Amino acid sequence: MIITDQAYLRADGRKGIRNHIVVAYLVECAHHVAREIVYPYRERGVHLIGFGGCYPNDYAARMMRTLCTHPNVGGVLLLSLGCESFNRNSLREAIAASGRPVETLVIQQTGGTRKTIEQGRKLMADLLAKVAEVPRAPLPINELIVGTVCGGSDATSGITANPGIGRAFDRLVEQHAGCIFEETGELIGCEDIMTARAATPALAGILRDSVTKAAKYYTVLGHGSFAPGNAEGGLTTQEEKSMGAYAKSGASRISGLLKPGDIPPRGGLYLLDVVPDGEVRFGFPNINDNAEIAELIACGSHVILFSTGRGSVVGSAISPVIKVCANPETYRRMSEDMDVDAGKILEGRASLDEVGREILDLSLAVARGAQTKSEELGHQEFVLTYKSFEPIGPSCLPSA
Amino acid sequence: MNDPKLLLLDPADNVLVAIQTLEAGDTLTVAGQRVNVPARLTLGHKLAARAIRAGEKILKYRVPIGSATQDIAAGEHVHLHNMKSDYLQTFTLESGQTFSTKNDHH
Repeated sequence: MIITDQAYLRADGRKGIRNHIVVAYLVECAHHVAREIVYPYRERGVHLIGFGGCYPNDYAARMMRTLCTHPNVGGVLLLSLGCESFNRNSLREAIAASGRPVETLVIQQTGGTRKTIEQGRKLMADLLAKVAEVPRAPLPINELIVGTVCGGSDATSGITANPGIGRAFDRLVEQHAGCIFEETGELIGCEDIMTARAATPALAGILRDSVTKAAKYYTVLGHGSFAPGNAEGGLTTQEEKSMGAYAKSGASRISGLLKPGDIPPRGGLYLLDVVPDGEVRFGFPNINDNAEIAELIACGSHVILFSTGRGSVVGSAISPVIKVCANPETYRRMSEDMDVDAGKILEGRASLDEVGREILDLSLAVARGAQTKSEELGHQEFVLTYKSFEPIGPSCLPSA
Repeated sequence: MNDPKLLLLDPADNVLVAIQTLEAGDTLTVAGQRVNVPARLTLGHKLAARAIRAGEKILKYRVPIGSATQDIAAGEHVHLHNMKSDYLQTFTLESGQTFSTKNDHH
């Protein structure tokens, strides 16, 4: 099935559903200048991302590279202070090698804040003209990648929105789209049922290990995923809470494990391992929902399905976020921020299958250009922190 | 028959989920029997769909989410006071420290 014949064809052969320009600051010291350059263009598809740290880190470099060469990104402006340790040349080369126009401004060389903002805004006009000429091409459904995340969960999340997303994922995987679910820390207690869905015995072991790693990591940090508020909401055990989150994955076979920045090699359902490897360092694995969204996008997600019960408002830089609201009362209170009213299942206004179909149809409409609520409202949240991962082995991605 | 305020997520389940707030004193139908709600329960809380014996698995979404620590009557609130996680007992760290969580919060 062809979703649209108007996808943005990049020189590297990947296809986007948006044609954004990214302005990327390479240290917090360049953040203000980058933001000021973006400001007049923020409603014209120019998005701000960046890494705040001054010291080099492989994870941050990989995330920035995969995000700047994301199929929804047509061109990039890099903003450097000048003395930070981020390797701006290697990032620029990687972006140029992908065929995308890329410019770099170094504040210390340009002559300070005002001059850099002026030059950056001039470059932005050129970049916008360049990306407007990107050729269009058909996007078959087997080239679409969809990620899912939940945040601000309540007792309705696991009953309505999450299984609704699971139904949509099942239909997408049937048509060989790439689907990514994540947060191994919220799969604690689901190991047996999840590993039974692995494509190979080797992958089953790898999936189990990823959850064990998450459980140890969270224990060392003293943060269970199970919070007192969960018990107030009627959840009793870790495995009960995990089952609710796990329901987002649907029922398809699991084809592989990804780490942040790995692109699914073909369609199918993938688990994204978000918990760092090695000894516990750099604190909590993902400091908020947007850190998880950024990792799903770094894995190539064109669209994000965000399940919320209490009512998150966030969107993201680079890829549109579809908010699936689990709680009908939250939906009535915050409908301007919500794309799908999954809580209507609780009021007998729709079945789970109907909500699953609605989520699928909306995902395809957004891939054709329809704006999500968070896009209309201008949400472009982005955060990237220090983490560390080891490369995955061949067993994570079965060849069959 | 069950009250429309209660949702059976899977036919195999032995708990029902409240899909709206249940007020103290409400009378509900559970498995064809009338039961009284002793205290206010908000959306998401679980009630026994049938009599559950101590030690029996609690099934929600057809999946065991723990086990009963005492006999539970049909229609009774199922929560921290009469069920426990099966997972936490079996998951221990190399140090022998158990995974800390919710049963301590109550």
